[in-house]
Amino acid sequence: MIEVVSESRCVSCNQCVSVCPTNVFDRGDDGIPVIARQDECQTCFMCELYCPVDALYVAPDSEKVIGISEQEAEHLLGGYREKVGWGKGRTPVASHDYMYRISKFASF
Amino acid sequence: MSILLSSGTIQLQADVLVIGGGPAGTWAAITAASQGAKVILADKGYCGSSGATAPSGTGVWYVKPDQQLREEAKASRYEMGGRLAEHRWMDRVLDRTYENMNRLGHAGYPFPMDDDGNLHKRGLQGPEYMRLMRKLVKKAGVKILDHSPALELLVDEHGVGGASGVQTQTGDAWTVHAGAVVIATGGCAFLSKALGCNVLTGDGYLLAAETGAQLSGMEFSNAYAICPTFSSVTKTAYYSYASFYYEDGTPVEGAGSKRGRSVIARKLLEGRQVYAKLDLAPEEIKPLLRVNQTNFFLPFDRRGIDPFTDLFPVTLRLEGTVRGTGGIRITDESCATSVPGLYAAGDAATRELICGGFTGGGSHNAAWAMSSGSFAGEGAAAYVKKLGGHAADRQLQSVSTSVISSTASASPSRTEEIVQAVQEEVAPYDRNLFRTEQGLKNSLQRLDGLWKDQRNQVVERSANGVKAREAAAMTATARWMYNSALARTETRGMHKREDFPTLDAGQHYRLISGGLDQVWVKPEAVQEAPEKKEVILP
Repeated sequence: MIEVVSESRCVSCNQCVSVCPTNVFDRGDDGIPVIARQDECQTCFMCELYCPVDALYVAPDSEKVIGISEQEAEHLLGGYREKVGWGKGRTPVASHDYMYRISKFASF
Repeated sequence: MSILLSSGTIQLQADVLVIGGGPAGTWAAITAASQGAKVILADKGYCGSSGATAPSGTGVWYVKPDQQLREEAKASRYEMGGRLAEHRWMDRVLDRTYENMNRLGHAGYPFPMDDDGNLHKRGLQGPEYMRLMRKLVKKAGVKILDHSPALELLVDEHGVGGASGVQTQTGDAWTVHAGAVVIATGGCAFLSKALGCNVLTGDGYLLAAETGAQLSGMEFSNAYAICPTFSSVTKTAYYSYASFYYEDGTPVEGAGSKRGRSVIARKLLEGRQVYAKLDLAPEEIKPLLRVNQTNFFLPFDRRGIDPFTDLFPVTLRLEGTVRGTGGIRITDESCATSVPGLYAAGDAATRELICGGFTGGGSHNAAWAMSSGSFAGEGAAAYVKKLGGHAADRQLQSVSTSVISSTASASPSRTEEIVQAVQEEVAPYDRNLFRTEQGLKNSLQRLDGLWKDQRNQVVERSANGVKAREAAAMTATARWMYNSALARTETRGMHKREDFPTLDAGQHYRLISGGLDQVWVKPEAVQEAPEKKEVILP
């Protein structure tokens, strides 16, 4: 579930408020989004991908809140977006050669 | 499109309203717009991130128009699906998928290159695909309403003419009058937290059935995905490289990702935890697997588990009709339903026409979504042209089984109780995966009671009201599922009857269903493949 909104990184674009399919966030009074309905989070990781400054952390646990702090999550922030190849100067993983190579072994 | 803003209400006029903004809905929208229709797309969440496709990677049933390749592709799942697919439909979906995937390439989807320098188009990465689809929808001039679930369809004696709902982020009511409506709301996974599926609660089935539309194949609704117990990532394909073990490391005899999934279910039913490890993956393909399904590894990486070498506990998470094949019945090639002005596409519609009672993976669903979406978009646009200018002055009424109101609603705690009660009927493996006459009848008795409790309930135009409608939709979906499952006294496709464990050649038909207070089920013939006749020269 979504656990961390890094206030120090957040630029108040509120993209996460818009893109969350289950409407977990609210706009905060100070411009920083708040996790208003954490139990609605479906652990789909989409907010992380759309956050332009890697300010969000979705813990892999879909069944319960693990209570990870921003400090503990710091080294993990943005990891998924990087792998998907979104963000300036990155190449989308969709075009990765391995997407083709794998088809020689199996079809998914 | 005229916009009248008066005290929190949005009134819009369009030729075609598309409900749902996943692959099927977006293809429906851009295709209808390309025919000159004014289109509005309303998504319950956010068009681009909502639904089962956006957070995943999926294969696509993309087959070059080579006769032998096509015949092999059609045959590959024909038997597994219980021979309920139709060749005519498989042919046209293969054609349209080929065309649409090529269009995605032209539109800038970053396909990888094969050894010969051609684009390799047999898969799509969900985030990339759906971000592009949103862009194409906007480019086509379609108005998108995000966070705008539909609560009711509006009809008159000529058929469906619009819908209304609520914008959950503002609380504003919305109403769209449209000559035709396309339902592309996805399937129903009963809030099981399967990846991206919690917005898929069968809403479109209920909306359609309330207008008198029919369903088909609702017995093919017991898909379960292998998934780590702690995680939402339901990507079963990779478990073809898994072995299954007990906690002490001894193997679970007969367990597997395909036919052995039942063995896993039975062990879990006995209360024995099953563990997996992808120890059958050859060393050289591990890096390829990591790239191909980036999100599969995300939960493991974040938990410090190496799924190739470490045991991790697994469960079977319900995917219901999302990876089942049942849905709204399609009555012709334009993906029309039996109600004039109402169309269905994607997982909201039956997929039996191309894969019978079993999908075996995302590639057919992905192909169906983009094909049926564009068939429905074309069909709806053509229907509206035929209607002419009458759309504007129609006297439309709600046909909802709930009373949609601006005040007071079912209490959130009551809604939660209903959702849990429905989940207790559809999630347990000994009720839904392994079906019996007595079990189905017992469940139906309770589900019928839940339906009666909710009939004519007052539902507020608010986020809470949306949840109450989801609960009603899930209740109705479970009743069509289990009535259909009761009527099919055999085992075919994914539908398994413990008391009828074999296929009965006498039941080679689809089951269509419908009704709200009284659910009915009846057989419908499958169109046979045309006989291949030898040409005899005179």
